[in-house]
Order: sequence, then C-alpha cells, then structure tokens
Amino acid sequence: MSLIDQDLAAPAPQRSGQPVRRNTVYRMLIFAGFGLIAFSAVRVISGADDLTSAGTVGAALGLAVPIGMAGLGGLWAERSGVVNIGLEGMMILGTFGAGWIGWQYGPWAGLLSAVLFGACGGLVHAVATVTFGVDHIVSGVAINILGLGVTQYLASILLEGTPGGGSTQSPRIDPIGTVSIPGLDDALQGVERHGWFLVSDLAGILRGLTTNISWVTIIAALLVVATWWILWRTPFGLRLRSCGEEPYAAESLGVNVYLHKYIAVVVSGGLAGFGGAYLAIVAASIYREGQTGGRGYIGLAAMIFGNWRPGGLVAGAGLFGYTDAMQLRNATAVHALLLLVALLLAAVAVVAFIRRRWVPGVVALVLGAVSLVWYLSTDTLPPQVTFMTPYITTLLVLALASQALRPPKADGLPYRRGGGR
Amino acid sequence: MNSVRRVGLMLAAPALAVVFSLAVTSAVLLATGTPPLSTFQQMIQYAQEPRTLALIVNSATTYYFAALAVAIGFRMNLFNIGVDGQYRLAALITGAVGGAIALPAPLHVTVEIVTAVLVGGMWAGIAGALKVYRGVSEVISTIMLNFIATGVIAYLLTPARLAVQTQGSNNIGTKPIPPSGQVPGIDLIPGSPLQVYGLVVLAIAAGIGFWFLVNRTRFGYDLRATGMSEAAAVASGVNVKKMVLSTMLISGGLAGLVGMPQLLGSSYTYSLDFPAGLGFTGIAIALLGRNNPVGIAIGALLWGFLDNSSQILDLVGVPKEIVLITQGVIVLSVVVAYELVRRYRVVAQQRDVGRELAEAEPPPPAGGGPGGAVPEGVSR
Repeated sequence: MSLIDQDLAAPAPQRSGQPVRRNTVYRMLIFAGFGLIAFSAVRVISGADDLTSAGTVGAALGLAVPIGMAGLGGLWAERSGVVNIGLEGMMILGTFGAGWIGWQYGPWAGLLSAVLFGACGGLVHAVATVTFGVDHIVSGVAINILGLGVTQYLASILLEGTPGGGSTQSPRIDPIGTVSIPGLDDALQGVERHGWFLVSDLAGILRGLTTNISWVTIIAALLVVATWWILWRTPFGLRLRSCGEEPYAAESLGVNVYLHKYIAVVVSGGLAGFGGAYLAIVAASIYREGQTGGRGYIGLAAMIFGNWRPGGLVAGAGLFGYTDAMQLRNATAVHALLLLVALLLAAVAVVAFIRRRWVPGVVALVLGAVSLVWYLSTDTLPPQVTFMTPYITTLLVLALASQALRPPKADGLPYRRGGGR
Repeated sequence: MNSVRRVGLMLAAPALAVVFSLAVTSAVLLATGTPPLSTFQQMIQYAQEPRTLALIVNSATTYYFAALAVAIGFRMNLFNIGVDGQYRLAALITGAVGGAIALPAPLHVTVEIVTAVLVGGMWAGIAGALKVYRGVSEVISTIMLNFIATGVIAYLLTPARLAVQTQGSNNIGTKPIPPSGQVPGIDLIPGSPLQVYGLVVLAIAAGIGFWFLVNRTRFGYDLRATGMSEAAAVASGVNVKKMVLSTMLISGGLAGLVGMPQLLGSSYTYSLDFPAGLGFTGIAIALLGRNNPVGIAIGALLWGFLDNSSQILDLVGVPKEIVLITQGVIVLSVVVAYELVRRYRVVAQQRDVGRELAEAEPPPPAGGGPGGAVPEGVSR
C-alpha cells in the first residue's frame, strides 16, 4: 500500500503532471474564449438574443445538473472498472426516494433518502458485478428493469391516497430554496439589455450562473470538484483508478480491489440518486412516474463525451443541458444554432486540414455546408429536430474523436481475486 | 463429467433463478401485506382462460423477435441496445409503405416484411459502421440512435408528412393498411374469442433460421468463435470487422420484425400509442434464454405469461407492477446462477482431472506440501 502511495500518488503530479495540466487549462480557456466569440457573433448576426440570455443559461444549468450527476456516477464506477448502465434505474429510485420522503419530512430529508435509494441500486449492481462477476451491461439492464418495477410498485402502495398524490405521483415537496449573489443581478441585467457584442453575452451568462441558483445545484458543483480531488489527488483515488486500469497489478501492491470497486459503485448509485432528487425536488417539486426520461443514459454519454474526466463531463452535460434549454425556451433561437454549427464545423475542418486528416476534415466541411444552406433556406427548425440535436452531436463527436478517447483500461472486464489475464 | 450431471447443471441455473425470484416476489408481497400464494393462484387461474392464453402467445411472438435480435449480437459479445429504436422506426416506415401501396395479398405482405427488415437493418447498420470504421462503442451509439429514432418518428408522424387523423379520437397514425397487406390470424387456441397473430409462423421460422445460422454454417462458427475469443478468431483468419457489420445488420433486420405481428395482425397502423420499450424486454428474455432459440421461446412465453396474467391483479387490489420486480429479479438471478454454475463446473472439472491424474501416476516424491502445486496451478 505504502509503495504506491509514495511512488505514484505524491511525486508524480509535481514532476510531470503540472506542465501538462497547465497546458490543458490554457487550451480549455482558449476554446471557451473562441466559443464565446462565435456565440456572440451568431447572436448579433441572427438577432436571436435568447442564445446567451440569462434565462437560457439558467435553464441550461438546471437541465445539466441531473445529467451531470448521472455522468459523475458513471465516472466513479467506470474509473474503478465497472461499467454502469444501470444509472437510469438508480436515478429512478432516487426520484422516488426524494418524492416519498420529501413530501413528508421536507426536501433535505428527501435529498438524503434519494441518495440512499440510489446507493441501494448501486449496491445491487456491485454485488452482481463484483462479487458474482456478472457481465456489467447485463446487470445494468436488470437494474433498470428493477428500479422501474420497485418504484412503480412502491408508489402504488405508499403514495396511493396521499393528499394530491397517487400511484404515479407524489404530493408536493416543499422547495429547497435558491441563492443569488447580491447586487450582481441588476447590474448585469443592465449590461445584458444593451446587446453589446461579447460584453452583453458575458453578462447574460454570468447572470444565468449567479442568480436564483438552487442549493442543490451548488452541492452538485461541489460534488464535481470533490470527485476530481478525491479521484485524482488522494491515495484512495489513485488506488480506485488503479482498479480500473490494472486490477491485478493493483492487487499485487496490496490494494483491496473488491472493496474499492464496491465503494465506487455504491457512490455511483448515490450520485445517480442525487441527480434523480434534483429532478423531483428542484425541477418538478413532485415525484412523477417516468420523470427521468432516459437521463441516466444521457449522463453516461456525457461522461464518454468527456473522455472519462470530470471537466469533460461537465462540458458534455452542459452541451446536453444547453440544447435542451434552447429547445424548451425558444424555437427561433434554435434556428440560429444552425449558423453556429456551421461555424464550428468549418473550424473543425480547418484544424483537421492543418493536421492533414483529410477524411474527418471533408466530413466536417460537408456537414458545415449543409448546416449553412439549411440556415439560409429556412426560418425555423422543427422542434423534433432540435430534440435530436444533443444525441446527434454526441454521435458526431464520438465518430470524429473516438480515437482520442481513452477509457480506463480494464473497464468492463471481469476481475477475480487471485486470477489473472 | 457425466451427461446426467451436465444436463442437471444446465437446468439448475434457470430453475434456481425462477425459484429465487418467486421467493423475492413473495417477500415483497408479504412485506406489503398481501398473501403471495393466493396472488400466484389468481394469476395462474386467469392465465388458463382461452382469451388470456391467446394474449400470452401474441405477446410472446413479439418478444421472441426482439430477443432473437438481441441474442445474435450477444453471441459475439455485441450489445445491440438499440433494438428499441430499430423496431419503432421500422414499424413506422412499414406502416406508411403498407398503407400507401396496393398489391395482391402475398406480394403486399412480402414488400412490408422486406421493408421492415431493411429499415431495421439500416438503423442498426449505422451503429455497426460507426463501430467498425470509427471505433465507437455500439452500446453508446445504439442508445443515442434510440433517442434519435424517437425524434425522427416524431418528425415523420405528423399530419403534414406520414400521419392521418384516426377517426373518432385525437390519436394520429399512418394510413391504415388495406386488407391485402394484412396477415390473417390463426385459431390456435380453441374457445378463444381472440385469434393468434399469423406471424407466429414467421417467428418459429426465424427461430429455426437462427439456430441453423449460428450452429450449422461457417458464418455461425465465425460468430461464436469471435464471441468466445476475438484474438483467437483473428488468428484463425476471421474478418472481425465484417462479422461485426453483418451481425449488426442481421440483428437490426430481426429487430425490424418486432413490430410486425401487431402492425400487420391487429393495429394496421403505426400510431402514437404503438408499444415502445420492447427492445429492453428483448434483452431480458435473451439473457433468460441463454441466447438459444428454444430457451428464448420459453423465456418469451414466461414474460408473456407474467405481463398478461398480471392484468387480473389490479382487480383484486394488488399493484400489477409486482411482476416488473419479478422480471427484474429473474434477469439478475439467472445470470448470477449461470455464473455460479459455471464456477462450480470449473471446480468439479479440476477435481475430476486431479483425481484422474492421482490415479494415473504415483504422487511425486517431493510434493509441494499441503495444497500441492497441481490444484493451485489449475485454478489460475
């Protein structure tokens, strides 16, 4: 145990990790800067102010939280080498846990119970995959069926006849409260209203991120940071990740692989349950059947989109949340997104051509041209097409960048103590 | 290992799983104050009515296609989670095509079936191509394609495009398929007011075809070899990329058939309330039946029994969602049971080999002490 702690955990980040990390931070900032300029330009050209308005950004944040939490759950499990496709079922358990306890004992108790419900789902997954070595996808599918069945059964027993509730929904849960940074709201709103290039966009985004933020959202953000810190900056995290990369090597150094996998998968379920709690307590104020709408799967996709890293995961969840928010709030603004897509694809094509990667370059160029023609020849976009945007984006990103993605090496592989490859 | 024990072990796993899931279901029922025995009795009684029997066979027909579609992928460790999107899209397009054309009966139905297979295969083919050419995991791409299919269907199923208003309701669906494109039912169950889907014949044929393809052809051999060890398959000259693509296409083609029994046998139109989520049922049944056509048939009938006989429960005041718990526990416990049986078999095999070796030659003079080298080495 002490061997890896000293040799790998402590010195490595200082020796070789630091310059690389700063580099990626710079690169992400540059990307964000260019993205903002592109958004701003598209907003000015198309006149679709909702692209960067505080309302859109706030809604996007709200929609991104449950997806991000499910993805974070996926991150924990997969970093320890367990594929968790059962996130959806654990999330469903979370929504019910939040609704059932929440309407009786208040939102905070509901949140806690949602996490516990989700963790129970995670525990079942851990028993099946870690102890019994069942195929991870198989177990996950079973948990999705079970999660749905257990909640529907319990709901029709425990929620039937409650005031305002029934077998498919719970009574109202009290709101959990929001916070704003005082003074910022009015000042930013003034700047936003002018519609200045870049400045107003920045103001809108900032206002969306700083006003009327639910406490649950803040906890979610802290959970992302905590996950990064625990998994990448502590000996425990190193051991956990070593189980996902080389479990037999980890075992030979004295790491209890079973224990770490168990912890990771139970935490994973808890986080998925937390995402479910957000849906029930903050987004809807009630538990409703079918509330998750496949967000567990989307969270998994966001995590893969983000290359099994917390930062990338946040970007992926943000993308899903943003397109979803656009579609819900303003259909004409979505049309402007076509122009943005054309711009981005042109940029991707240029980068690809510079790197002499001809096929992706041509594909990006053609798709970019298609979006541009589409933008110029129409005034609105059918809502169904908007609905598909995040999924098509994910597919495109995976298709164009899948070679650059690196899952944990032993992800999804069976592990038996004392066994071997 | 003798054959009696082998057969016994083969049957032990599913039997264990069903018993275990019944136990869990009973526990849940007891915990919520319902006597389990009378509940089961009521379900079994209700299932014996001719009408329910016909419903069970009809559900099982649909489930069978879905499970076959999943199973062919499972046979080579390919997870087609996208059966759901594939069959819904195929049913929509087939409904539209079937309603738009007018041909003599056998030809009309043939065109519909071929359309369904092609659309399902094409949609799965996208995932196959992405995996082969771009290395995208089929699990994620098929999940994404499920959502995209939902969007495409919503886009196409509007009055301006493929849909018409259904008379007397605010439901919309594709133009009804004329009688020449319908598949007549069969009076399989005596005394039942309901006929069994005519496409049950196609389901049986698909099962036999599945068995033949997997067990009696070169393709099937390559398929199973790739599933057991991809590295070994590559070394013996199997073109894995081609296998992935063609398996995905076959899987999608089978998935395209999932909606057909209902579309051509009873609803004749793809409307907003066409059943969804059958792909996931297919996954569960394929697992239960060990990806074997006979096993899948039994699993599909069991699922059909649970789904249809549970309808009586609401009338006696038990939430019918209890069967969802039973189904989930069956899936989970069946795979756990298979794994336990497999482990037991490995241990038994090692014991047999050890005993034979011990009988064949005298023990080595300087043995490795207690626990010996042989069992240790074998277990690795």
